[in-house]
Amino acid sequence: MIKYFLSKLLTFVPTFFGVTLISFAFIRVLPGDPIIVMAGERGLSDERYAELSAEYGFDRPILVQYWDYLTGVLQGDLGESFVTKKPVWDEFFALFPATLELALCAMVFAVVLGLPAGVIAAVNRGKLFDRTLMSTALVGYSMPIFWWALLLIIVFSGNLGWTPVSGRISLLYYFDTLTGFMLIDSLLSGQDGAFMSAVNHLVLPSIVLGTIPLAVIARQTRSAMLEVLSEDYIRTARAKGLAPVEVNGLHALRNALIPVITVIGLSVGTLMGGAILTETIFSWPGIGKWMLDSIFRRDYPVVQGGLLLIAVFVMIVNLTVDVLYGFINPKIRKR
Amino acid sequence: METTMERPGRLREFWYYFRENRGAVIGLSVFVVFVLVAIFADLLAPHDPTQQYRDHLLRPPAWSEGGDWSFPLGTDPLGRDLLSRLIHGARYSAFVGVVVVTVAASVGILIGLLSGFAPRWGDTIIMRIMDIILAFPSLLLALVLVAILGPSLTNAMIAIAIVQQPHYVRLTRASVINERTRDYVTSARVAGAGIWRLMFKTVLPNCLAPIIVQGALSFSTAILDAAALGFLGMGAQPPTPEWGTMLAEAREFILRAWWVVTFPGIAILITVLAINLMGDGLRDALDPKLKRS
Amino acid sequence: MALLRIRNLSVDFATASGKFRAVDSMDVTVDRGDILAIVGESGSGKSVSMLAMMGLLPWTATITADEMSFDGIDLRSVTAAQRRKIIGRDMAMIFQEPMSSLNPCFTVGFQIRESLRKHMNMSRRERHQRAIELFEQVGIPEPEKRLGVFPHQMSGGMNQRVMIAMAIACRPRLLIADEPTTALDVTIQAQILELLTGLQRDTGMALILITHDMGVVAETAQRVSVQYAGQKVEEQPVRPLFSTPHHPYTAALLAALPERATSKILPSIPGVVPGQFDRPKGCLFSPRCSKADDRCREIEPENQPEELGRAKCHYPLGVNEPEMAQ
Repeated sequence: MIKYFLSKLLTFVPTFFGVTLISFAFIRVLPGDPIIVMAGERGLSDERYAELSAEYGFDRPILVQYWDYLTGVLQGDLGESFVTKKPVWDEFFALFPATLELALCAMVFAVVLGLPAGVIAAVNRGKLFDRTLMSTALVGYSMPIFWWALLLIIVFSGNLGWTPVSGRISLLYYFDTLTGFMLIDSLLSGQDGAFMSAVNHLVLPSIVLGTIPLAVIARQTRSAMLEVLSEDYIRTARAKGLAPVEVNGLHALRNALIPVITVIGLSVGTLMGGAILTETIFSWPGIGKWMLDSIFRRDYPVVQGGLLLIAVFVMIVNLTVDVLYGFINPKIRKR
Repeated sequence: METTMERPGRLREFWYYFRENRGAVIGLSVFVVFVLVAIFADLLAPHDPTQQYRDHLLRPPAWSEGGDWSFPLGTDPLGRDLLSRLIHGARYSAFVGVVVVTVAASVGILIGLLSGFAPRWGDTIIMRIMDIILAFPSLLLALVLVAILGPSLTNAMIAIAIVQQPHYVRLTRASVINERTRDYVTSARVAGAGIWRLMFKTVLPNCLAPIIVQGALSFSTAILDAAALGFLGMGAQPPTPEWGTMLAEAREFILRAWWVVTFPGIAILITVLAINLMGDGLRDALDPKLKRS
Repeated sequence: MALLRIRNLSVDFATASGKFRAVDSMDVTVDRGDILAIVGESGSGKSVSMLAMMGLLPWTATITADEMSFDGIDLRSVTAAQRRKIIGRDMAMIFQEPMSSLNPCFTVGFQIRESLRKHMNMSRRERHQRAIELFEQVGIPEPEKRLGVFPHQMSGGMNQRVMIAMAIACRPRLLIADEPTTALDVTIQAQILELLTGLQRDTGMALILITHDMGVVAETAQRVSVQYAGQKVEEQPVRPLFSTPHHPYTAALLAALPERATSKILPSIPGVVPGQFDRPKGCLFSPRCSKADDRCREIEPENQPEELGRAKCHYPLGVNEPEMAQ
C-alpha cells in the first residue's frame, strides 16, 4: 500500500514541474514582446520599457527566470493582475470556493443519479428501462452544455420563472463571507430565505455542469456492473440465498465501484473545463469566468497563474482518487 | 495473396456485427447525411448564408405564426436565413472534425508507436509529457492556446488537435506494448524485420481497432469543443455560420426568439449524437471481448 | 422418502441461434446420507441440472420437470423468496474455481459470517465463534487470523476450504460439489476429497459430487450416474459400475483410466460431445460408439431395466455375465 502510494506520488512530482514549465512558457510564447503586449495600445517609452523589463526580469537568462518563477510559485507568489493589481494567488482563492461549490453540487447530482441508474440498467439488461436509460445517457453525453444551459434558462427561468438567471444569491441578502460556500454562509447568516435563494441559484448551473459526468457515470457503472455480474462470486453469493438487493447492491456494486471511482476522478478535469462555460452563462463569480474574462482582458499573469493552479488542483484530485482507489481495491491495499 | 483473401472476410464480419446494432446504423445514416450536406451545402442552401434580408429580421419558423416558407427555419437578428446558415455550418463542423482527427491521430499514433518501441527512459519521458498535457482541463488548455495564437477557426482546430493527441499516444502505446510480446512480432523480428517495418507493417495494423473507436470519439469531441470555443468568442468569428458562433450571437435573444437558439444547438446535438452512436457500434463490433459468445 | 427427487428434468437455453437443450429428461434421486457422483465430459450438462435445481441459471434458461422436490418441498412451485430460505441453508453448493468464486472485495470471514447472518439466528459473537469453529473443521490453521484475510492473499486450496466452510456453515442436508478439485494441484485434490467425505461421514449430509474424473468417483461415491450430452445414460452403485458397466460410454470412460490400461497407449474416446448443431438423430453417443449400427443411428434407445443400470442403449454390455453366474 505504502509502496503504491509512493509510486503515485513519484509521478506527481515530475508532472508538477512540467506543469509549472508550461505555465512559465505561456507568457514567453505570446506572439511579440510580452511587455509590448501588456502595454496594449498606449505604447511605451524606451525607458519605461527597460524599467518594466527589469521589473519582470525579462532581461535575464531564461533559466534564471524559470528558477525565480518556480521559487515564487512554491511560495505562493504568482505575480499581480495587470487590471486589479492584486496578487493572483489571493484572487484565485477568493473565487475558488464558488467554483468548488458548483463543482461539488454537480458531482453530487451526477453520482446520486448516475450510480443507481447504471446499476438498475445493468440488472435489467436489454429491457425497456435499460434501453431508455442508455439512450438518454448517450444524449446527455453528446450534449453541448452551453446550449443545454440556454435551453434550461428558456424553460425554467423564462417560461416558468422558477429559477434566477445569474449569480449565486439574490441581491436582497447580504452577509459576510465566512467559508466562501454560499450554501453554508447563507445558513450561518440566519436570514430568512437566504438559504433557499442560494439553492435556487445553484440548481440550474449544477444540472448543466453535472450532465456530462452523469451520463459518463451511468454508462460506466452499467458496463462495470455487467462485467461483474457474470463473475463466479456473484453465483456464489446467490447460492448463499442472498436477496437480489444484497447480491447486486453489495457484492456486485462493491466490485463495480473500483473502475467507476476512477471515472469519477477523471471527470473532475472535464468539470473544470465545463465550469468555464457554465459560469460564463450563469454569471457565476468563480474561477472559470475569471479565467475567460482575463483572457479577453489580456490579463496574462492571471491566465498564467490560473492555468497553473487549476492544473495543480486537478492533479491533486487525481492523486486523491488514486489513493482512494488503492483503499477500495483490496488487491492493492493488502499486497 | 493470403492477406487479400483475409481482408474482405474481416470486413464482412465487422459489418455483420455493426449492422446488428440498430443505433449504430441510425448513427451512420445520420452521419452520411451530415457529410453530404457539408459537401453540397452550396446546392442545398436556399439562400446565401451571409445575405441579410433587412425586411425580415427575426422571422419565426415557417410553421409558426408570422412565418414564411421562404425562410423555413426563420431568420436571425440580422435577417439571415437560419436554414442556410445551419447547412453551411455543417461544412465547418465536418471540416473541424476531419482536420482535428487527422492531425491528432497521425501525430498521436506516431508518438505512441515511438514510445512503445523506445527504450524505457524514452518511453517514460514521452508519457510524462503526455501526463502533463492531460493535467490541464482540455477546454481550458485549448482556450489558452487560442488566446496565444489569436482567435480563429484554424487556431481553434490546432488547439483542439494538440489537446487531443495525448489520448492517441496513450492508446497506441498501450496496444503496442500489449502486442509487442506476442509470438507473431517475435517471429517477424527473428525473420529480420527492421524496426520501422515492425512498427508500421507488423504491429500497427493489429492496434487499429481501439484507435478507430477513439477516432470516432474525438471527431465528436472536436465538434463540441470547436462549438464551445466559438460560443466563447474564441473560435470561428462572426459572420461565419459556425454553429457555436451562431449560438453566441443569438444569446441575447433567447427569451424573445427561441428558434435562433434552439436550431443551432439541435444541429450540434444530432451530429455529435450520431457520431457517438456510430462510435459505440464500432466499439462493440471491433472489441472481441464484448462480442457475444 | 428421498431427500432429493428429480424426474424428467429438461433445461433449454435460448441462444442467438435458437434453442439449445443442455439437460434432457434427467432423473436424480438422492437419499439422506447418500453420496452420488455425477460423471461426464465437459458440456454434458452435469452442473446445469444442479444449478437449475438451485435456481441459479440466468433468465435465458427454461426449466421443465415432472417432479423436483427437496425434503418434501416442491421446488417448481416455491417463490424466489422461499427458495432463498432453502438454498445456502439446507442445500449448499461449492464450485470449481475457488479463486474466482470468492468475492475479492470482502474478507473470507465476512463472507462466511454473511451466510450465518442470513440463515441462522445468531448474535455477532456466536457468528464469530461459529466461523472459527468452521475454519478448524475444514483444517485452516490459525483461524482467528485467517478470518480477516482477503481471498487473493490465500492459495487455491485454502480458498476451496473456505468455500467448503461457507457451504457447510448452516449444516446443510445436501451439499453439491461441482468439480471441487479440478482447479487444484494434484496433492491438494486428495486432501479436499478426503475433507469432503470426512465431513459427509461426520455430519450425515448427502453429497452430490459432480466430476469428470472416474478416479475421484471410485474413491468417494456410493452411487454413480453417468451423463452424456445432457442425458443420463446409466446409473449404478459404484462397485458393479466399475466391474460391469452396461453402457458403452461408461465402458469407454473406464477404459480411459490409466490404471486400467492394457496397452502402452491409453485408449481415448474419439470425437467430442455433440453441440447445438451436430446432434445426431438416434442415440446421441452413436457417432463415437464402436458398437453402433444403423438402428443406433436411427432410433433413440429406451432405458434398460433397473438391473441393467437403466442404460440408455440398444445393446447394453455385460448382459450375459449375470446370466452365466446364475
